[in-house]
Amino acid sequence: MSVHPSGITKQPSYDVAVVGGGPAGLAATVATARLGRRVVLIDAGAQLGGQYWRHPDLSSAGAHDHAGHRDWEVFEALTERIRRHRQTGAAVHLAATQVWFIEPPGPDTGAPAWTLHLAPTCGVQDDRMPRTVRADRLILAPGCYDRQLPIPGWDLPGVMAAGGVQALLKGQRTLAGKRAVVAGTGPFLLPVAAQLARNGAKVVAVCEANRIGRWAKQPLALARTPAKLAEAASYGWSLARARIPYLTGTVVMRIEADSSGNQVGTVKLGRLRSDGGVQPRPKRLEVDLVALGWGFTPALELVSASGAETRVDVDRSLVAVVDDRQQSTVAGLYIAGEATGVGGAQLALAEGELAGIAAADATHLERSRVRALGREIRRLRAFAVAMHRSHPVPPRWSEWLTPETIVCRCEEVTYARVSEASTRLGATDARTLKLLTRCGMGWCQGHVCGFATAALAAAGQTRPLNAEDLRPLAKQFPCAPVPLGSLLED
Amino acid sequence: MSERDRPTSVTGAQVAANREPATIHLTLDGRELTARAGQSVGAALTQAGIRSWRRTRHGGRPRGLFCGIGICYDCLITADGVPNLRACLLLASDGMQLTSTGPESTPTTDGGAA
Repeated sequence: MSVHPSGITKQPSYDVAVVGGGPAGLAATVATARLGRRVVLIDAGAQLGGQYWRHPDLSSAGAHDHAGHRDWEVFEALTERIRRHRQTGAAVHLAATQVWFIEPPGPDTGAPAWTLHLAPTCGVQDDRMPRTVRADRLILAPGCYDRQLPIPGWDLPGVMAAGGVQALLKGQRTLAGKRAVVAGTGPFLLPVAAQLARNGAKVVAVCEANRIGRWAKQPLALARTPAKLAEAASYGWSLARARIPYLTGTVVMRIEADSSGNQVGTVKLGRLRSDGGVQPRPKRLEVDLVALGWGFTPALELVSASGAETRVDVDRSLVAVVDDRQQSTVAGLYIAGEATGVGGAQLALAEGELAGIAAADATHLERSRVRALGREIRRLRAFAVAMHRSHPVPPRWSEWLTPETIVCRCEEVTYARVSEASTRLGATDARTLKLLTRCGMGWCQGHVCGFATAALAAAGQTRPLNAEDLRPLAKQFPCAPVPLGSLLED
Repeated sequence: MSERDRPTSVTGAQVAANREPATIHLTLDGRELTARAGQSVGAALTQAGIRSWRRTRHGGRPRGLFCGIGICYDCLITADGVPNLRACLLLASDGMQLTSTGPESTPTTDGGAA
């Protein structure tokens, strides 16, 4: 192993590498270090916490008031333990660092361990930062981001992902707009609306595509997770107190610019009929902010790059296949948190800890803990399934598209071009559709339009969405855009 | 009721720690902006009421923050001459010179360095 002049080894080697510093990655790191393994935690964020515990830069932005953070004490306890493990050398934290390529161990590569190729999240490579790390075991906890559906006008400035609006509040104390509509589906719309209102924005409506009655079909899952019900009730109360209308069975079906033409001005609403069709409503809302979210998409590029098997989850997201110890179909690769199925922070914490224990080869030493975590995971997974069944993406969402609607924001591919490729050019699968239209081939590599493109490919053939539709849009090389120099050096 | 709905009691320690973060100065195409230390470039621009700083290369459409968490690359900006940085992740710094990009200089993913 070479030692860099700065004192940091250039290709350090660890027992376990954890990628992702959200709830799952933090729990995995703490469990691994507690069991005596040397662990490196690689996180794209400048600060630990992931999206769930995103917070202002404490060193320069003044004190943190915990606003909008649940379970903050859990985060503090985890980071305090990581701080102690760092002091003893058991744990190393590489912040603001992205993994752009993974080389698995084994006969194919001739390498005895996993090799992770690193690049800074922002800016240029720092000499003090290792360009690769090696580890015997790998835990991926890459988290997720808002799932999006194209809507006419959704590329206007002032239209944002609901998670991005929340990130500005939680991480930057910055309000993205003054008059907002929050739209899409899922419980996450509630905290976003409540936090906007609490910080002084006028939230003119929350548009929930589904009807709340769907939850009544899931009584068992609800009974087993009373804390989730209480959380929903508290947000409902916040909305009621701020007099925010909660419109169910309602979608934003068109977004139009203001008089400048350069940002959002009004939205047109639609009602979802019981047959799934969309019926325009006369109502228009004047807004300067549209926050959109249709559930979440797990970040699966590292999972795909590592060769682990994937499947379609209840919410139609592509997720990693794992066993009851969080091990993927690739030996030595463990996956925890949203990448195994979107389910929230509590589930991610349990999965992360279990993955840490398993990667440390300690399941036989921790039998009762492993059993308890297994029970917790099954209980919370049942709730997640109920949530997904209650908040599906509207099956006929493409009916609100117009020929001019942008599907792929990066490459500016319109719905007309997607339809043409699908019906006239013979793009009967998502891979061909991507190659013919360039949907999902721009800067974001399909993170934003991937689900929609896959769904349109399937719809073009009038068959249900399957894993083969989603896979080509979840696989990218490199896994994060890097300067060409990084590719040449290795 | 959730934690954040309750009024918070302010202790002495919190008052001491709650000092206002330093104000920093930066420019976008020469226009002066202020930001709080620790804010991202995207947050600083949003706070200044600026919502787009890039035009797309085909349609010349305005773009700014969308995903807000480093996924979508819509918010690319040039800072101190370094192109293609994600404004949502880039920390604002004192004296930073930001440049917006028109359609002609909007980066491509094919051929050019990412």
